[in-house]
Amino acid sequence: MNFTQKLFSATAAIAIAAGAALAEPALIFDLGGKFDKSFNEAAFNGAERWAKETGGKFLEIELQSEAQREQALRRFAESGANPIVMAGFAFADALGQVAADYPDTKFTIIDMVVDAPNVRSVVFNEHEGSYLVGMLAAKASKSGTVGFIGGMDIPLIRKFACGYAQGVKSVNPDAKIVANMTGTTPAAWNDPVKGSELTKAQISQGADVVYAAAGGTGVGVLQTAADEGILSIGVDSNQNYMHSGKVLTSMMKRVDNAVFSAFSDGTDMETGFMVMGLANGGVGYSLDEHNADLISASMRDAVDDASDKIAGGKLAVHNYMDDDNCPALDF
Amino acid sequence: MDVMPKWAEVVLIPFISLALAAILSVIVILAIGEDPIAAVKLMVSGSLGSTYGWGYTLYYATNFMFTGLAVAVAFHAGLFNIGGEGQAMLGGLGVALVCLLVPWPHWTLALFAAAVGAALFGAAWATIPAYLQAKRGSHIVITTIMFNFIAAALLNYILVNVLRPKGSMDPATERFSETVHLPSLHDLLAPFGINFSKAAPANVSLIIAVIACILVWLLIWRTALGLEIRSYGKSGRAARYAGIGSLRITMIAMLISGGLAGMMAINNVMGEAERLVLNAVEGAGFIGIAVALMGRSHPFGIFLAAILFGFLYQGGAELALWTKIPRELIVVIQALVILFTGALDNMVRMPLEHIFLAIQRSRSAKITKPVD
Repeated sequence: MNFTQKLFSATAAIAIAAGAALAEPALIFDLGGKFDKSFNEAAFNGAERWAKETGGKFLEIELQSEAQREQALRRFAESGANPIVMAGFAFADALGQVAADYPDTKFTIIDMVVDAPNVRSVVFNEHEGSYLVGMLAAKASKSGTVGFIGGMDIPLIRKFACGYAQGVKSVNPDAKIVANMTGTTPAAWNDPVKGSELTKAQISQGADVVYAAAGGTGVGVLQTAADEGILSIGVDSNQNYMHSGKVLTSMMKRVDNAVFSAFSDGTDMETGFMVMGLANGGVGYSLDEHNADLISASMRDAVDDASDKIAGGKLAVHNYMDDDNCPALDF
Repeated sequence: MDVMPKWAEVVLIPFISLALAAILSVIVILAIGEDPIAAVKLMVSGSLGSTYGWGYTLYYATNFMFTGLAVAVAFHAGLFNIGGEGQAMLGGLGVALVCLLVPWPHWTLALFAAAVGAALFGAAWATIPAYLQAKRGSHIVITTIMFNFIAAALLNYILVNVLRPKGSMDPATERFSETVHLPSLHDLLAPFGINFSKAAPANVSLIIAVIACILVWLLIWRTALGLEIRSYGKSGRAARYAGIGSLRITMIAMLISGGLAGMMAINNVMGEAERLVLNAVEGAGFIGIAVALMGRSHPFGIFLAAILFGFLYQGGAELALWTKIPRELIVVIQALVILFTGALDNMVRMPLEHIFLAIQRSRSAKITKPVD
């Protein structure tokens, strides 16, 4: 740290009541916002859990614009925050530019790989978790038609949809999968009303289980599914509690664990590539008192069996990202 | 008839509007238990207190200048172009294609070509609403706003399916080559011995934006076409009677407007991100409306209003970084300024007009008394 940087961080610390002490970790949320009941909130929960267990404090920012990605990274790095965790693939480009300028700061990026000596890249096998909930959906469906509602039509969401479709087809090869995306602007990640409309549209096409992978939009999907008497599947966080007995399960993506472990490791964090899949509990389906009556023993056995096979490498779920193609679903 | 003197129109009204917005913002900040004085200090020092802050403020301001000018040119023709958002998105596509498809030897050539590409794509996106308005009477407010969504869908499709590098998670084009890298203000000011922050994204596009302000001023107030645009905007019927074709003026004004909105992309796509991302415009098209309203559709007013909004954006970012003020409330503060300067203009204007009228009356009463 040179003199101006020191001076800068000192003035910044004075300027604000909650001053940034050295080596506080920082968390950067993506444009969807902190309380989306889903991806960003999972990250926030991980950070909160760390704060509660250690009594530490952390810096955080919810972004408002694309230009703020690099800005937030640089400002946190200059203020001495370490490690800096960012939730979302969209940070990759900015981090690629910034990481080398702050060799003493550790960074963690979730959902994307950035190859730099001080970066830990955490990637989730969403297709594996989605495969499992797809199996459950097909088993729970009476009509043979299941739905998928994504946020925006981007590769990450296609990865979810593709894994889900494969899971459905593995149980019922004749099943019909109705897939819709919510919108074309980032507002699609937080549009419960549109999510509700899409759910109704899918019900009219015969769907009786709907999987939402759409951030805050999913709140509307789960609500409408519960109102209309069909089942829904939550995403990222465990959303079973939101409509007890009406949410079949949730595809858990343990973003909270990724944030928690990065914060816990602190400045000694090991960097490199980290895959969070079924094998190490990074993804999975949720089972609690809210959906215990919905998942029969035979369903659970079948899914757990598939889970073991995938974790053991005996069953391969096609990853959309490998070839930008999906054998079970057309986009 | 001008009720108010020019200085009241240009200085007093915006100032009172801003003061009202500031008072309400202070109440909002107090209501959530934060210190408003510290917040204001943080906003000012974060956006104007260093070359770093200025770099971000001017970067945002450059975007708003282009979109503000775009809205203003259409305003002068009596057209309300809310499609700046979509036109700027398409402008971004134009810039990306120019930068990716041609191996440019030097950034100056690339900048010129990218500006032309951006303007062409932006103008093209404004063509259909303009034509529908002029020929079929489809209201331009409705068509341009619908074209924003079509633009978003089109860009989404192109980025995900066509321009995305294989295997990339991010719906964005690959990075442009180093040779089309635009010099930042740091590079530009270094020869003059000014050490401008390296990290800030403000770049040479700022100069283009200022030139655009001057050119728009020349166009509107110093050319025959500008006179035609203004007369058509003031009274379409009278203009038609004077032989000014409504199809021609509507098309020309909207094409210039779309082109200006599109040119914003040389700043955010070419200057900052150096690749085209899905969410490149992020509302600058709509902010342009507020900027044009506040700047009274005059290029100099737009220049100042754009810097004010740049300050609000960058100041808001600083608040988000260093305080626990939630993002939504920062948007509320920004929205209050837009509300007071744009939408609630008459709330300040009418009482002021009454005051000035009263003053005028009492004055003229004194002067005209002997004649009566």
